[in-house]
Amino acid sequence: MNIIKRIRLLPLAVILGVIVLVLGASRTAPRHSSDPPGLEVVPELDDAVSKIDNLFEQDWTKNKLQPAQLASDLLVLRRLSLALLGTIPSLEEVRQFEADLEPLKLERWTQRMLDDSRFGYYFSERLARSLVGTEQGQFLIFRRDRFSNWLKDCLNKRTPYDEMVRQMISETGLWTSVPATNFVAVAFANEALDQNKLAGRTVRAFLGQRIDCAQCHDHPFDHWKQGDFQGLAAFYGQVKNSLVGWQDFPDLEFQVENRKTKELETIAPAVPFHPEWLPAEGTRREKLAAWITNPDNRRFERATANRVWALMFGKPFLDPVDGLSDPPEGAPDLLDLLGADFRLHRYDLRRMIQVIAASKAYRLDSVHPSEDDAQVDELKSHWAVFPLIRLRPEQMIGAALQAVSLSTTDQNSHLAIRTIRLFQENDFVKEYGDLGENELTEQVGTIPQALLRMNGELVRGLVKSDFFKSSGRIANMAPDNESRVETAFLVVLSRRPTVVEQQYFVSQFEQSDVSQREVIMEDLFWSLCNSPEFSWNH
Amino acid sequence: MLRLEIADFRIETLIMTLAHIDRRNFLQLGATSTLSFLLPPLDLKAAEKRGAERPKSMIVLWMSGGPSQLETFDPHPGLSQVESIKTKISGVEIANLLPQMAEEIQHLNIVRSMMSKEGDHERGTYLLKTGYRPDPTLRHPTLGAIVEHELPKNGVEIPRHVTLGPTEWPMWGGFLGAEHDAFKVYDPGRELHNMQHHRPDDSQKRRLENLGVLEQNFAQGRKLQTKKTLHQDAINRALQMMSSKQLKAFKIDDEPEAMRKAYGDSTFGRACLVARRLVEEGVRSVEVSLNGWDSHAANLKNQSANIKDLDPAFATLIKDLRERDLLQSTVVLWIGEFGRTPAINPAGGRDHWPTGFSCVVGGGGLRSGMVLGTTDPVNAKTTPSDPVEVADLYATILQTLGIEYGKEVITPIGRPMTFSSGKPISKLLG
Repeated sequence: MNIIKRIRLLPLAVILGVIVLVLGASRTAPRHSSDPPGLEVVPELDDAVSKIDNLFEQDWTKNKLQPAQLASDLLVLRRLSLALLGTIPSLEEVRQFEADLEPLKLERWTQRMLDDSRFGYYFSERLARSLVGTEQGQFLIFRRDRFSNWLKDCLNKRTPYDEMVRQMISETGLWTSVPATNFVAVAFANEALDQNKLAGRTVRAFLGQRIDCAQCHDHPFDHWKQGDFQGLAAFYGQVKNSLVGWQDFPDLEFQVENRKTKELETIAPAVPFHPEWLPAEGTRREKLAAWITNPDNRRFERATANRVWALMFGKPFLDPVDGLSDPPEGAPDLLDLLGADFRLHRYDLRRMIQVIAASKAYRLDSVHPSEDDAQVDELKSHWAVFPLIRLRPEQMIGAALQAVSLSTTDQNSHLAIRTIRLFQENDFVKEYGDLGENELTEQVGTIPQALLRMNGELVRGLVKSDFFKSSGRIANMAPDNESRVETAFLVVLSRRPTVVEQQYFVSQFEQSDVSQREVIMEDLFWSLCNSPEFSWNH
Repeated sequence: MLRLEIADFRIETLIMTLAHIDRRNFLQLGATSTLSFLLPPLDLKAAEKRGAERPKSMIVLWMSGGPSQLETFDPHPGLSQVESIKTKISGVEIANLLPQMAEEIQHLNIVRSMMSKEGDHERGTYLLKTGYRPDPTLRHPTLGAIVEHELPKNGVEIPRHVTLGPTEWPMWGGFLGAEHDAFKVYDPGRELHNMQHHRPDDSQKRRLENLGVLEQNFAQGRKLQTKKTLHQDAINRALQMMSSKQLKAFKIDDEPEAMRKAYGDSTFGRACLVARRLVEEGVRSVEVSLNGWDSHAANLKNQSANIKDLDPAFATLIKDLRERDLLQSTVVLWIGEFGRTPAINPAGGRDHWPTGFSCVVGGGGLRSGMVLGTTDPVNAKTTPSDPVEVADLYATILQTLGIEYGKEVITPIGRPMTFSSGKPISKLLG
């Protein structure tokens, strides 16, 4: 692992440009986010990144598209922070980032985030969506939290993804002590394991395809009964829950009632293509797992690449994320390039994230001079301009909570902040609209979201000026109005105000009494939190 | 009176704010729809209009999970787990779990031969809500969104497309845009959340003005992309809604107790009462969701539990709409994503059955008192007589609502699509 050398630091007195901010003295555990930057070891990415960049450059040239300029480093930092940690950078991080003059800054900061304890928490939940859905399931036999925790540990330990997938498909044991088995357990409902659901999920999550629906076009009335689909389901035909958890029973047959004859038919396990990838030995599930993760299986690496791309950008390279066509013939496309690099580097998810984060497409600005609707769409579809993507509700709440605090909020944060998160996150996510498994599609802003942001308890509480919150601290501790406004912008939008904005907001402070300072700062915070710039990744 | 003044003041604040924000681009702004809501409402409430001039609405009672046709509107002796009872339609019987509906069904029609091609909840819901099968290249709008998109706005300040009650896949706008997604109210009948800004007026004014400055800066260089986010549009509509007197339609505390009792003391009952109030207010499209029909185990127990809430609410809704002379202008559709198998499985449940399931439809100018299609009582074949495709049912509903069902709209990817690919069922049209 490329670990930053852990240095136990005394509680830091970090001088943040204009404000002296004393970090919580009670903080005892060492954590990466307060380690000084500069020591991160970045893997060699040039070869992989240049292949991808060339692919896009050729595509843009061929289609006569002028890509957007590169975005500022700080903006890319914000994107990375949202994608990997589910929140915006803290003022503390912004200051450190700006003071960092060493080479490969963004690559190193990506590495820093991957090593941050918040990465495992946030990213495992994003992955869990595609693997076990959002349902809570039957508590007695399914533990979503254990599964997410296991994913988190795998991410932290850099477990190769193919190994993780094999464990999910074929592991035996109790859902509590062997959390990977929850991949199977989630399909247990109505006293029985739903093998069809598992087969559909397996193909969607690991091959990025919907075999069930591809078939239904040929067989409009009975698509769920088709042989291929049942053949795949039969791989889950011998797994049963027992006193010692999920086990394989070689004597069990997978039987399905024939709708016409009403008779039970025994279905043998079968794969729809490349049966030669199936090993001779092992349980049915182990065979399926080996078939899925066979290094020659392009679908597996392409599906993973499309999903990780989607988690980085907010939308998949090919839409929908799990509705890919069969791998194309001819020259490799982006998913092939990313997929091959993934395979060559032992299916390392973190490396794939690094490669995407370092690619030119990820670093382009979302600003483009074109005012022609069709051309903007064209630019977007060729990734020649960074898309505007609505923040996920968890990113929204993470960003809002971060904006309240000047230092980095994580599990070491002030108790009040953690309490707010604990009690309000679920309600907020529900009201903001959780798209569940459909989260990786483009969305527009809605009235309920506007109401929640403008009037909801969360934002209301967060902008309220008091000693613990950034609005109160900035209002009272910044030396002058210019730095008041600038700091508020850096805290909420991760950038400095423009000249127009600076003048506009400074004059609000200048034209009013000192007693009004906190109210004006609260209002500024509210407006920043309600601006499109805050709630859209850009 | 005080409330009214505050409401007016907010609107005025909003006008001032908008004028301030966009002074430079005022003409351009005026050309977009952003300001259209600032015009005074032109029309009276739907309930105060009569006859052909009254705008139409639709209420969909969405039975999430797939209700059993055999324990509701298509009982068969020997197959159903309940007895049948006579209804006000001569010779037509329904399950005895629906005594109140037996008294109202003559104002509606039963279709017993609904045909779907999807046996999975999500895919089935997609087909039954849109009339189209899931398509990886585009997301079709639901019937509710089409109705809201096409029918006139008529000065309605609250969302014109609403989903009431807990539901996994509330009506969506699809390629018409997320602004046509249904406004979701999970706990209908209670005060709506987040409708108060809790700020002194000068502070709220400053906040909105600040927002204008920030938005204008963000739009530079990404004007079209920013516009497409509908961020500001959503804020404007939210502000308008916050100050609207029409909000009271979401509450039921001024309804007589007898009325509330008749609908039933259940989430679904309250939701149906709110649905009627919304339609009175001019809301075009309301979905009321009732969950829990997916009875793979213990079919009778699960179906009965739902029908206990369904029967009084559904029957009272129809009666109430009739008595207020709203049924003629309001289509009511009772439907789920599929029906349930005639055979009982080993867990005592019924599984998914997309071929030959039931729906109930009527009002809005449709004929009434008819039963379409028959299913085979001995379960020998899966295709019923007079099968009805979802697309045909939806073409019928759009037609009676005065919406051109075959209208071609260009989707964002440039592919032309019609609202419905079906043909209206002439027997149902008046």
